[in-house]
Formats: sequence, C-alpha cells, structure tokens
Amino acid sequence: MFELWPSQPLLGGVLIGISAALLLAFNGRIAGISGILYNLLFNPLSSPERSWRLCFIIGLIGGGYLMLPVEFELRQDYPPILLIISGLAVGIGTRIGNGCTSGHGVCGIGLMAGRSIAATAIFMASGILTVTLLRNFSG
Amino acid sequence: MQRLIIALISGLIFGAGLVISEMTNPIKVQNFLDPLGNWDPSLAFVMGGAVAVTLVASRFIMKRKTPIIADRFYMAVQNTIDARLIFGAGVFGMGWGLSGYCPGPGLINTMINPTEAMLFLPALIVGGWIGQRYSA
Repeated sequence: MFELWPSQPLLGGVLIGISAALLLAFNGRIAGISGILYNLLFNPLSSPERSWRLCFIIGLIGGGYLMLPVEFELRQDYPPILLIISGLAVGIGTRIGNGCTSGHGVCGIGLMAGRSIAATAIFMASGILTVTLLRNFSG
Repeated sequence: MQRLIIALISGLIFGAGLVISEMTNPIKVQNFLDPLGNWDPSLAFVMGGAVAVTLVASRFIMKRKTPIIADRFYMAVQNTIDARLIFGAGVFGMGWGLSGYCPGPGLINTMINPTEAMLFLPALIVGGWIGQRYSA
C-alpha cells in the first residue's frame, strides 16, 4: 500500500522530525540514536536513565518492524569486509564526533547548533566521497 | 513511567519514519550519496522534512523553562567545532558510504536483512567501544 503514497521520503522525514520534537518537548532529551545506544551499552547509568533509552531503542526497532510492508529490493552478496569496516567506522566516528544522522543531522540542526551543522556537512561530504570512490575504483 | 511511554512512542515513530522514508534501504542511501553516478536525490526530502519539523518545533519547545514532564533539557554543553568533531564526522561519513547504514537503520536492519546486520551491528558496537576509549 505504501508505494502509492506520493512522497515516502518526505512523509518519513516528517515522522522523524515529530519523533525528535516529542522526545525534546516532553522528556527534554535529544533523539540521537548513536548517543542513546552508546550510553546504554558503555556508561553506568541509574535505572531510569537506562530504562528510557531501552524503551526508545525497543520502540525504534519495533516501529521499523511494524512498517515492514514497505517493500524494497533486498541487497545480497554485499562484501562482508565492507560491512565490517563500515560498522567499525560508523561506531568510532559517531562516538568521537558525538552524534550521527539523527543527533547532528535532525536534532542539532533543528536547534541551530553550529557544531551539528558542521558535522552534517562533513559526514555528507565524506559519505559522497566514499561512495564515489567505491563505485568508480572497485570491481 | 510517563517518560518511558514517551520514549517508546518516540522510538516507534522514528523507526516507522526510517522505514517509510527508505533510509533503511542501503542501496537507496548509497545512490543518494552518489551525485556523480547513479544519483537518487529523493532522500534529501527525509532530512528536509525532519529538519523542517525540528526547526519550527525546537523554537517553541525551547521557549519553555523545562520540558513538559522532565526537570530540565539535557543538551550538549559545548558548541565548538573542534578536531574531534571533524575527525569523527569524517570517519562516520566514510562508514555510512561504505555500507549505506547509519546507526538507526543499522539497528532496524536486524528485522530486514539479518545477514548484513550480523556483520554490521557487532562492528558498530566494537567501533563505539573503541571510540569511547578515546573520549573524555
């Protein structure tokens, strides 16, 4: 049913914005996925601090699961080494840079934080450079 | 309890938004990051739509002294563009391009493409752990 909707990216983006606004307005928290995940995994937290993060992550995966009628072609046989290097780089980069697409790109820019605007410009440029190199100089 | 329900609902909407927008489709993400090749600009509307909402909403929200059901706003204190931010964002962008996954879609991918998630997610966690060791 979803492929009939005129602009899925726009609709999805608005939902993401609403989600971030909701968490900020009610709980005073930034909906930054990498930060929420790392705090949960690596930092000793009090029970309430742990619980809301866990709820958010469970919601995130559950919300994605509920929408799975959205269909797209499933990638197969992607080189495992690229997935592993990618995971390592995303982990190291988002931890050291204090945020990912959600924290910097959606929340931080919304708050007009110069740090987040810079981070977003840099990870977009770096992502474009990487895909361009990957697609033109590998088999 | 109320705060947990808000966190859960916020997570649900976020996850739904990521799948509906097709940010969870790594082929589409890589095409978005490929302006000189097989460019698919449609994902610009994801960030556009999200930022349009947060720009307007944040303005109203931050007029309040406190959030609706919490004692204060929990924000990053620093706002300097330093070497760590530049390095981190650069390395993150490289990782994002290599697979087409950022952390949110990487997590949801456990439901969509477990074969890839099995490799990407543990690496993401190890990477986060390594990054943590080099963080103050």
